[in-house]
Amino acid sequence: MAENKTIRLSIKRQENPESSPYWEDFEVPYRENMNVISALMEIQRNPVNAKGDKTTPVTWDMSCLEEVCGACSMVINGTARQSCTALIDQYEQPIKLEPMSTFPIVKDLQIDRSFMFDSLKRVQAWVPIDGTYDLGPGPRMPEKKRQTAYELSKCMTCGVCLEVCPNVNDRSKFIGAAPISQVRLFNLHPTGSMNKHERLEALMGVGGVSECGMAQNCVKACPQGIPLTTSIAAMQRETTFHAFKSFFGSDHQVD
Amino acid sequence: MSKQDSSFLIRRIHSLLGVIPLGVFLVQHLVVNHFATRGEEAFNQAAGFMGNLPFVIFLEIFVIYIPILFHGIYGIYIAFTAQYRYGFPNTYRNINFVLQRVTGVLSFIFIAIHVYQTRVQVFMGVDLDFDLVADIVENPWWLVFYIVGILATVYHFANGLWTFMITWGITQSDKSQRIMGYVSLIVFVIVSVIGIQAILAFI
Ligand code: HEM
Ligand code: SF4
Ligand code: FES
Repeated sequence: MAENKTIRLSIKRQENPESSPYWEDFEVPYRENMNVISALMEIQRNPVNAKGDKTTPVTWDMSCLEEVCGACSMVINGTARQSCTALIDQYEQPIKLEPMSTFPIVKDLQIDRSFMFDSLKRVQAWVPIDGTYDLGPGPRMPEKKRQTAYELSKCMTCGVCLEVCPNVNDRSKFIGAAPISQVRLFNLHPTGSMNKHERLEALMGVGGVSECGMAQNCVKACPQGIPLTTSIAAMQRETTFHAFKSFFGSDHQVD
Repeated sequence: MSKQDSSFLIRRIHSLLGVIPLGVFLVQHLVVNHFATRGEEAFNQAAGFMGNLPFVIFLEIFVIYIPILFHGIYGIYIAFTAQYRYGFPNTYRNINFVLQRVTGVLSFIFIAIHVYQTRVQVFMGVDLDFDLVADIVENPWWLVFYIVGILATVYHFANGLWTFMITWGITQSDKSQRIMGYVSLIVFVIVSVIGIQAILAFI
């Protein structure tokens, strides 16, 4: 291969949360099997733009580098995905990098995903087992249920499903697919289901499941292939039942 | 952030009203108007029967006007809280998402004008008969407006049936949602044919 082959990148940058964004072009030396992160690291090492001017290094988020943490999500050539597994060879150049626009921008490609984490807290996306004594082993789970739960547990809170959703934006409070699917996960769990009603009630609150508009972009975009639209429909059913049970009364509010 | 508000209940009511009574009324309305294809006399008789139902004013208020204002106004609010800037605009469901909102707003405009041209005129003393509609669609622009309005409203209803089935959690699996997609397409075609045949019968 030619030694002086380069990669052209066009990056949407922003100094801080208040300042306005601008585009800056970069050219970095090509190596085989590079991904977007290694190209960004090259810019960090030598922060010079395509015009040859010295500039500030580009900021982004990352952690695992193997598509399990979700931190490195950004919009690459118009598609939201993880940058650590985005191979340079598969993209048309110049490769356009933008931060995910649903979330507040911290700096450059780094975003603040607190909105999603706060929603997960609101819907209690966990199994509460903390106590002062050993509760012993939990109940067994049917294999079929385990398989379904396993698929749902793959969520890495990357935020891509929120990014592609037309109903997650500044004008609406809709929490998006990931937290709704997590309610399904923890309500499937034999111990988690003891607090089922609390999670369902949270889903019936502001920005909850009823605000889904069924554009179904989330399920197409999710890098983990989680059946998000089935999760949402399942939670629509559960919240419908829960509403009837709460109003008319029932002995089966929790199980 | 408050934990509870009424949006869940309002959304469920909005969804229910879209089918019962509005969807049922829409189909009924187009079927009655289809009498026009059997001639002026048949239409006048059918319209006369509907117009002279006992308590017709209460039926209209509670079965049509209140539900449509509720569904329509809240629907416009929903439509304008979406943002279409980005995503996968070319997927089938995303296109339907956008069309559901566009046709909702179109229906609102169409229905408002249609009610003014017919119901309000009847209220002011004009006779409710074949000529009332025939005089409107004599103008080709109004005819086009009516055809677009009917298609938009029927599309909105048919695709709304598909979303209704998810809103209430009936269709969960991909397979059931796909089959419901075909059902909603068939509903769109059949009800559109009825509606278009009906309006064309007035020219
Ligand atoms: C008057 C103007 C109207 C507007 C602005 C409007 C707007 C909307 C919108 C935005 C939705 C999507 C709701 C969601 O996904 O959460 C919707 C749903 C629906 N609309 Fe309308 N609509 C109107 C009139 C009608 C009429 C006349 C009908 C009946 C023929 C109708 C039937 C439906 C149905 C069945 C749904 C699906 C409900 C669901 O998602 O569960 N709408 N409407
Ligand atoms: S559901 Fe999928 S797209 Fe959404 S946050 Fe989880 S992994 Fe990302
Ligand atoms: S760095 Fe963890 S998913 Fe990319």
